[in-house]
Amino acid sequence: MGVGILVENLNAWYGSNHTLQDIGLHIPANHATALIGPSGCGKSTFVRCLNRMHETNPIARATGTVKMGDVDIYNDASPVEIRRRVGMVFQRPNPFPTMSIYDNVISGLKLNGFRNRRVLDETVERSLKQAALWEEVKDDLKKKSGASLSGGQQQRMCIARALAVDPEVLLMDEPASALDPVSTSKIEDLIFQLKTQYTIVIVTHNMQQAARVAENTGFFLNGKLVEFDSTHKIFTNPRDKRTEDYITGRFG
Amino acid sequence: MSTQPVASQPLGLPRKPSRANSAVRSTTNYIVSGLSILATAIVLVPLAAILFYLVYKGARSLNLAFFTHVPAPVGEEGGGMANAIVGSGIILILASLIGIPIGIAAGVYLAEFGRGKFLGNAVRFTADVLNGVPSIVMGISIYSLIVMQQKHFSAFAGGVALAIMMIPTVTRTTEEMLATVPHAIREAALGLGVPKWRTAISVSLRTASPGIITGCMLAFARVAGETAPLLFTALGNQFWSVKLNEPIAALPLQIYVYAISPYDEWHRLAWAGALVLISLIMVSVTLVRIYASRGVLKGGS
Repeated sequence: MGVGILVENLNAWYGSNHTLQDIGLHIPANHATALIGPSGCGKSTFVRCLNRMHETNPIARATGTVKMGDVDIYNDASPVEIRRRVGMVFQRPNPFPTMSIYDNVISGLKLNGFRNRRVLDETVERSLKQAALWEEVKDDLKKKSGASLSGGQQQRMCIARALAVDPEVLLMDEPASALDPVSTSKIEDLIFQLKTQYTIVIVTHNMQQAARVAENTGFFLNGKLVEFDSTHKIFTNPRDKRTEDYITGRFG
Repeated sequence: MSTQPVASQPLGLPRKPSRANSAVRSTTNYIVSGLSILATAIVLVPLAAILFYLVYKGARSLNLAFFTHVPAPVGEEGGGMANAIVGSGIILILASLIGIPIGIAAGVYLAEFGRGKFLGNAVRFTADVLNGVPSIVMGISIYSLIVMQQKHFSAFAGGVALAIMMIPTVTRTTEEMLATVPHAIREAALGLGVPKWRTAISVSLRTASPGIITGCMLAFARVAGETAPLLFTALGNQFWSVKLNEPIAALPLQIYVYAISPYDEWHRLAWAGALVLISLIMVSVTLVRIYASRGVLKGGS
């Protein structure tokens, strides 16, 4: 089951560039939360702070409090532990090119030293079914490289790979932006099903997508969270003038 | 400031391709293609010529005895290079066992951990300098570091000399091949909660392994023919020896000794030895490539 995330006074820097300023919000458990905003507004940096991927860049730095359930992720746990509990799907599908489909899906367990064959087999099947890819690849699991799939299939395989480690939160950084409309709608259907079991945070440039999949939406601009509310409220009656300008297409 | 719109003519090309222009382009295309083919031929001709000449000069002296007998004393007919073939094998295996792991480990450090750090830059600089050290200097250094200390020549000293010559090539190719691994793949592993060291070994290194294997093979082939570093280390041996702490024969040394000798019979054996040396290098490189390509999956890279 998913957990909620409470963010308080989160600040992040790349070098001297202050990319996130005093972000505070509550992401509810087992719901999808969308983050929208123009390019470079900090929404990607924000999700990368939620699983401590931000700090993998040597010039990056973050301060503030991020609580996942009861765990303060910056003080109570190591980045490696956090990333096992918070799965991430990236903008472009990034399969491991030397691994089979099977090994790709199971890589999070295998690379962490997990070896029980029966459990691995079951996990591969469960994760691929959750990612709606099982029927398409079940005959080629160990024969084909993960990189041989189409872009949309690769992205669903990457989602299966993230789900295989049984995370509580799933972060998706523009997961459909490199995909065609058919693949995009498959990914959206998937988010709909997954949010009953996981807490989902999705960054998107596509406002219809945010409206379709998310209960709550946050609008970022220039490193600040301008407005965070129910998706319905954001899209029909935003409090802030800048939010209204953005969603009506007046800038960005 | 002029308010007139600026005509967009990138590279000064006319807007509509004329027939004359198209003729110029296809001529340029022919010339450049022709030059590339010529360059390829210039590279291939000496290689083919060397191989043919070696076969022409060496094949006649090749017989079973060449692979099964040790060198015959001066004046006697026959004899072979069995000890030198095995000796080269032993020295090269030892050199690879020492040089390749150290070289790859240093390359992984440079690419995955040492970027922009002082130690990383120092290691990279040292590797480049080491790559430029003449092989005779490497021989003298190992002579004073190992042979003088032990007070005898040995296969071990020869292996170490060749290992040190392999390290910079292996290190730099490992680093360069790892640099071609997309950052997104490392992020995928880190995002799954895989520790950084494990990501470096099981993901980055594995993805880059075809190129790294090529680098190791280049380093191997380069030192397989080295004579100078073995002169004061392995020394050479006219008799059968496979012990690591004794002087050992090696093909390049045996070729050198036979080629500068005044006897026609030895000259023929030197040509045969050169042919065998080249063939062994080609066979071992091919075997490693076949072995390395076994596990490659459909559609993988």
